Amino acid sequence: MQLSNVENGKSVRILYFHGGIWLEDKLRQLGLLPGSSARKLRQAPWGGPIMVEVDGRTIAIGKGIASKIYVEEERRECDSR
Amino acid sequence: MRFALIGQPNCGKSTVFNQVAGYKSETGNFSGTSLAYIESKVRVLSEIVDLVDLPGTYSLSGSNPAEREVLHYLTYHSVDVIINVLDSSQLTAGLSLTLELMTLGKPIIVALNMLDEAARLGMRIDGEQLQDILGVNVLPMIASRGRGIRAVFTTAMMAAREDSPPKRKKYEDKIENAIEKIAGELIGEKTQIESEYLAIKLLEGNALLLERLYEEIAELSPVVESAQKAILESEGQPTVWVLNAEHHKMAAQISNDVVTQGKRRVSRRDSLDNILLDPIWGYISLGVILWVFFQVVYGVGSLIEGPLLELFDNLALELASKIGVGTFFAEAVTGIIQGIAGGVAIVLPYLLPFLLGLGFLEDVGYLPRLAFLVDALMNRLGLHGKAIVPFILGYGCNVPAVMSTRLLESKRDRFLAATLATLVPCAARLSIVFGLVAFYLGPQLALGIYLFNLLVIALTGRLLSSLLPEGTPGLIVEIPVYRLPTWRTVMHKAWFRIREFIVDAWPLLILGSLILAVFDRFDLTSIVNSFVRPVTWVLGLPSAVGVPLIFGIFRKELSLIMLRQALGVYDFSEALTAVQMITFTVFAVFYIPCLATLAALRRELGKRNMFIIALLTVIIALIAALLARAGAMLIY
Repeated sequence: MQLSNVENGKSVRILYFHGGIWLEDKLRQLGLLPGSSARKLRQAPWGGPIMVEVDGRTIAIGKGIASKIYVEEERRECDSR
Repeated sequence: MRFALIGQPNCGKSTVFNQVAGYKSETGNFSGTSLAYIESKVRVLSEIVDLVDLPGTYSLSGSNPAEREVLHYLTYHSVDVIINVLDSSQLTAGLSLTLELMTLGKPIIVALNMLDEAARLGMRIDGEQLQDILGVNVLPMIASRGRGIRAVFTTAMMAAREDSPPKRKKYEDKIENAIEKIAGELIGEKTQIESEYLAIKLLEGNALLLERLYEEIAELSPVVESAQKAILESEGQPTVWVLNAEHHKMAAQISNDVVTQGKRRVSRRDSLDNILLDPIWGYISLGVILWVFFQVVYGVGSLIEGPLLELFDNLALELASKIGVGTFFAEAVTGIIQGIAGGVAIVLPYLLPFLLGLGFLEDVGYLPRLAFLVDALMNRLGLHGKAIVPFILGYGCNVPAVMSTRLLESKRDRFLAATLATLVPCAARLSIVFGLVAFYLGPQLALGIYLFNLLVIALTGRLLSSLLPEGTPGLIVEIPVYRLPTWRTVMHKAWFRIREFIVDAWPLLILGSLILAVFDRFDLTSIVNSFVRPVTWVLGLPSAVGVPLIFGIFRKELSLIMLRQALGVYDFSEALTAVQMITFTVFAVFYIPCLATLAALRRELGKRNMFIIALLTVIIALIAALLARAGAMLIY
């Protein structure tokens, strides 16, 4: 599944990226790396960017980029927050 | 002795720098505000040290300009101690940079900043335990209130004097073996710590360093390459990313150990986003915020502008009468004073409130949210959300608008955003729209011209982006928590930007006014008019408007002021038909940006692009004015 298709409020685990080095570099620096979990907070209307929380950091990602990030839904075992 | 401040974007580094160095660094709640490093002298424990504020960076191995800058600085300048500033509320993210910094083999101390923010999120951080795990000094700090800064600097001084770099954390065996192998090649030439650090950077594939070291040690190349290959084969990805993941994993482990997660206090600031970023309310509040913003800016501006210009006019008259009215010298002096006045009349009334307001929105943290809200819209123009900033700025003055394109990542985006921003009518061009169209033909038509302007910008954006080969890289931006800005940082930042205007643009305004005086003196108007005649003829305008249009390039508001003089009437409706007024105004809104903007374009994009943009604006202005003329003929 692509990050762009995740529902609001859902937590996902990042699997891999499908983009250039520049993109991967930039995402990794912000803590979005394969294996890390992210929670989708909201999305702007009309195909706008999506907002995710990773490690307590909130990041806005344009739709085009979000569709290059592949994720799987996370099983919610212990939801502390 | 030199101290380096390093931290991730938005961690409060520049705030620390400003607190101790007397406001010389630009801070902002938008990552990448300080692109180049800034140095200042600071007194610590009766010793004078150089304090350098390096650009905020998420890691040292990335490829963006800020990261390269930081790594380059740390590699080639002598730094006695690193002060690593961390945003405590994002401990895991911050620690991964700390772990990377620890490989540099330089003394380092960690300043845990924004502890108040962390407490609000319910995080309790055991500083002593963190200190034990990392093996470096960890100090608490709330920089925005000046708390803990002194202790950080005193400890940093002691660490620098002691000069005992921390032990870096070990990676997985595979990587450690690779490091050891490469370091073994270097060890004769370098110290143990240095070789290890260089080995890590070589493994990551730092091209600059590779080249330099290969020259010194020829047999290094095969060793590095085989090590890189081994890691790529076993891990399935390049070493840079393996190490990045390692840092991240370690950081997560450490923060798991030292943080006790309590209850998160839901503050009003948390729920603010539910309104400000809501699919409906978000846009309504965006409209309200921008409306208030422009009301305040133009309100303050027009309040000050009148008396200010009067003051300069009187000064010019007085000086001219002292020198002798009618002499060339007197006219030149008057011209220069008008140039200075023109600058002051832009800077003080419009630019200053504008930049103060924008700085406030920036420091509060609204700009990244604005980028989030308008990203879809900007995509239609071939840009992404961050490019909204030059557009907003453009309505005040195109000069800072062009400068602000710096925050865009790709060259293509910077060119496109700068081109479109110069089409945005600034405060000076607003005076033409108001003085001509709104005054003689009614405010609805003036609004119509504004909407027409937006349409032209949108069409130009679409057209240009379809001509430019690549697409926009897209929006990736950190959304910081809302923070109440301190007025001192906002003021300072506005000053920082105004200083650029003064240095770049003001001299040109003065020069332009001087040239104008010369033209006036030697009556060169008819030459100018016949030169511009092809354009004025096509647009169906009287040939006398040639001079006002040409001098509009020096200063846009001159187009209107000189129009009166050129046509020899006080009431424009005596000399111009309604259609002509509309055509003239539309052309004046779009054609060639003013000299000051051209200078900014040259600085940001180079001479060639400056000429391309200027040419484009002439073409756009001609087409737009002809369309407007045709449209106006239908109405009248």
